[in-house]
Amino acid sequence: MAIRVMDTPELLSLNKFNVDEKEPHIRLDKSKCRSCQDRPCLVVCPAGLYRLDQEGEINFDHAGCLECGTCRVMCNNKGIQSWNYPRATFGVHYRLG
Amino acid sequence: MSSADKFDAIVVGAGPAGSACAYILAREGKAVLLVERGDSAGAKNVSGGRLYAHALKALGDEFDISGGVERKVAREEIMVMAGNRSITVSYHDPELGGEGQIPNSYTVLRATLDGWMASRGEEAGAILACGIRVDDVLVQDGRVVGVRAGDDEVYADVVVAADGVNSLLAQRAGLIGDIPARNVAVGVKEVIALPSKVIEERFALREDEGAALLMLGCTGGVKGGAFLYTNKESVSLGCVVAPEEVAHKGKPVHRLLQELKLHPAVYPLIEGGETVEYSAHLVSEAGIRGVPGNLHRPGMLLAGDSAGFVINLGYTIRGMDLAILSGVAAARAILAEADPARVGPAYVSELEKLKVLPAMRATRGYVDLMEVPRLYENYPYLAVELFRCLFTVDGDVPARMLDTARGALRSANLSLWQVAKDAWRGLKI
Repeated sequence: MAIRVMDTPELLSLNKFNVDEKEPHIRLDKSKCRSCQDRPCLVVCPAGLYRLDQEGEINFDHAGCLECGTCRVMCNNKGIQSWNYPRATFGVHYRLG
Repeated sequence: MSSADKFDAIVVGAGPAGSACAYILAREGKAVLLVERGDSAGAKNVSGGRLYAHALKALGDEFDISGGVERKVAREEIMVMAGNRSITVSYHDPELGGEGQIPNSYTVLRATLDGWMASRGEEAGAILACGIRVDDVLVQDGRVVGVRAGDDEVYADVVVAADGVNSLLAQRAGLIGDIPARNVAVGVKEVIALPSKVIEERFALREDEGAALLMLGCTGGVKGGAFLYTNKESVSLGCVVAPEEVAHKGKPVHRLLQELKLHPAVYPLIEGGETVEYSAHLVSEAGIRGVPGNLHRPGMLLAGDSAGFVINLGYTIRGMDLAILSGVAAARAILAEADPARVGPAYVSELEKLKVLPAMRATRGYVDLMEVPRLYENYPYLAVELFRCLFTVDGDVPARMLDTARGALRSANLSLWQVAKDAWRGLKI
């Protein structure tokens, strides 16, 4: 496989994850997100997990989260209701790091 | 974990700081619990990939790092880029690589390094408990007396928070507040597998030698830079940028990295390689100003990234060495003071002795210098433009050097006055 431009879904597919289907470790307050003008999360998440849906609402998919915390420090309007690390044994498992 | 256990110390986070602390304490006979939220030490950790080796001396002569590191860095390179053009400065020094002995620095992958260091701690007698997320500290009469993980509570004389840059534990214990976005950078990295022979040929290295390449001018004007470290059978290629500026400019950080991969000066270094992992992490960028006013409270110490111990001078970036030293400082303080109330102040004085805090203070000016926005676009452009003028022969009558320099300044949108001011700012540090 040659060196080439890869999008985030393909990059994330290289990693090992154990997704917590029951308890997302980051929760949004969509009403806050709706009124947020800045929406830095759409740009700064290295995994590109914050996306706009067809209605223009921000959606977050915790499945590919790299647990870096960038969204946490950048979310100024408190749309992130709660931010925790995933429950034990869940989340990303870096084989190299 | 059962509530009947009481330890001399609980160390939260099995990174370099936590494992160094646990290793020293266990070696000296203390009962230590080293708690890690990943399934194994290093499973949640990322760094660019270089450990300055001096810090290992503080762990004692018998501490063996051999299985935790990749290559001994003997080649240091700085690349300044503008568009498709670039200048590379390359410094090769076999002595930097230690010539079979202790080198100046090692390239590392964190799963390997952290796994190795945690195992040394375990070997010394620490109990390593992986796959446990510590949720909070336990406080009695204003003193931290242990930690809570889910429904489990474990007690200890001292809790050392070594849980990283985004330290939820330090926040819950009230030692730090919300992390200001301007205090951190976000780094993304691809590990690209390449045969060791190819790495050695491309970077002109001997068998166990490694190269470290730092890049400036490749972030679309955003404060930050990029790095490439050679591991045994892979290279770590990444970008580190200020998230506020990324948000402002609108180009996602992973996109910057993808463009970097195809840059004409970078592509030949990674050609034929295969990306095997993609990672991201925050880096503390505020220097001494990012270090919390209180590094301790009764019963609790902050070490490593949790305490903001990172020094970025642009050409050297230190984090893991300071993490190890702070872990050692925490252990020494715990060993030296029987009275728990005196452990905190003793920790700060050990940080002074091990030169962690003095180094942080001495490099205060660099943080301001890194704020100069011209560093990330105008100056790289100026340098590259000057080189282009020097090397281009087009049959015209050569311009006078002064005119060449004036032209380059103009096209880089810089005035001589601005350059002089910035140079003075740099020289004052």
